[in-house]
Amino acid sequence: MLYTEKVMEHFNNPRNVGVIEDADGVGEVGNPTCGDIMKITIKVGDDDRINDLRFQTLGCGAAIATSSIVTEMARGMSIQDAAAITKRQVADELGGLPAAKMHCSVLATDGLKVAVDDYLKRHGREPISGEIKSADPNYDPHADEDDPHGDEDGHGDGLHDDG
Amino acid sequence: MENVYFDYAATTPVDERVVEAMLPFFSERFGNANALYSLGRDAHRGLEEYRERFAAAIGAKKPDEVLFTGAGTESDNAALIGILPRIAKGGGAHLIVSAYEHHAILEPAHWLEKRGYDVTYLKPRSDGHIHADDLAAAMQENTKLVSIMHGNNEIGALNDIKALAEVAHAGGALMHTDAAQTLGKAAFDVGVLGVDAASFSAHKIYGPKGVGGMYLKAGTRFDPLLKGGGQEFKKRSGTQNLAGVVGFTVALELMLADQDTEMPRLAVLRDRLIEGITSQLENTEATAQGGERLPNIAPLLIKGVEGEAMLLQLDNRGIAVSTGSACSSGSLEPSHVLLSCGIPQEVAHGSLRLSLGRQTTDAHVDYFLEVFPPIVERLRAMSPVYTRMFGSS
Repeated sequence: MLYTEKVMEHFNNPRNVGVIEDADGVGEVGNPTCGDIMKITIKVGDDDRINDLRFQTLGCGAAIATSSIVTEMARGMSIQDAAAITKRQVADELGGLPAAKMHCSVLATDGLKVAVDDYLKRHGREPISGEIKSADPNYDPHADEDDPHGDEDGHGDGLHDDG
Repeated sequence: MENVYFDYAATTPVDERVVEAMLPFFSERFGNANALYSLGRDAHRGLEEYRERFAAAIGAKKPDEVLFTGAGTESDNAALIGILPRIAKGGGAHLIVSAYEHHAILEPAHWLEKRGYDVTYLKPRSDGHIHADDLAAAMQENTKLVSIMHGNNEIGALNDIKALAEVAHAGGALMHTDAAQTLGKAAFDVGVLGVDAASFSAHKIYGPKGVGGMYLKAGTRFDPLLKGGGQEFKKRSGTQNLAGVVGFTVALELMLADQDTEMPRLAVLRDRLIEGITSQLENTEATAQGGERLPNIAPLLIKGVEGEAMLLQLDNRGIAVSTGSACSSGSLEPSHVLLSCGIPQEVAHGSLRLSLGRQTTDAHVDYFLEVFPPIVERLRAMSPVYTRMFGSS
């Protein structure tokens, strides 16, 4: 199992670490039992664009790197586009992830989705992502392996362990 | 400081003296030990000389109680699969293994279970040891084989194999122990321990990889795992890896030669590591510190940090360690060893194992104690839940 240089670079120098105290939306996913927890806070402008975002993550190298890169990817995006980022896009942006680590990129995209929905709910608007499994305190990341956010783009999990 | 190696329980560098002893057997003494001409007879003499020395080093009564194999894993597989079905003779039989065995025992145990044998996975107590009372309680009428490791590779707990073997024998079962982590490091004598079979590995004691050993007490019923030309007294076919046998034997003798000074030296360094980390960093502890322990293993739990993240950060600073976190292994759960000791999953994710050896110095320990705390503090500061779970300080 090897990480790409880009994964290691983001793991060693994570971008946008921290908490926005007066955030417009907050998302927290994962739990201590599964070992990965990600919290993301966002600031959203009047035009529904994400102006700023910060993350905190407890987890392995891939969990920290995927959190870091998703905050870079989503900056300046509309909330709709940000909520539509797939785990595959996150993994691709990092030059690939080992198959066993794909759930980490699910965590990163889920955290963003929950933060966007939180923003929408605060403004009396309809959430767009529906139920996010990893926001459940009893979430099991591996129960998830061949399902939900899995194959939005038609690729299987095992294709991207090329490092 | 570059290349500080704290993973001797995973593998060790081959000792130069071991390499030197092996070299002639790659070239001038390259013969097949089973051939009749003089080159073969010379190799055979070499093989049997080293087998005798190995047998003496482990307290075996006869040299042919020692078999050389291709790995500690092979020896473990052979002990379970070679002994249990043979004793059971087609009938049912019950096997007891500890729940924190190496996968080289657990997987053959699962394999036997799938084929109709009853298997009990006996848990250690919270002190990290398998207790004789617990084994006695797990024994059944048809228990035929018990396999419990001498020393645990992750937490370093050293089991009282003599007491466990007495319980097994009292119940009519044979006793095997996986001594891959203990041979050369803790007192090991098959006669004193009273075992019927034991497994060893060369590369854990500065010998070559790809060489294992097995003790099989004379008269123990056994079907070979590898069938073929009948080498190793018809118990392990395949042309003997004579250079490997020589390397393994010399490596073992070197371990025994300075065991009385080297092991106490490592125990002091181990205790400095454990004391240094647990005193400098809040919410840290050492696992299973009760009772007898291997001198070379420092098992740490760093709460609120994930093991792989620590491992990678340490690697950036030239330090090699192991972790039992799920994320390091590609498996889905944290270490079965830690879970079997009753350590909760969320804590087991923060495990770190440092194992020490011949090249470990005080300077290495100092370097680790200097480098590690800031890594933990940085990762904890990045965690969304550390303060919530453990309070601020």
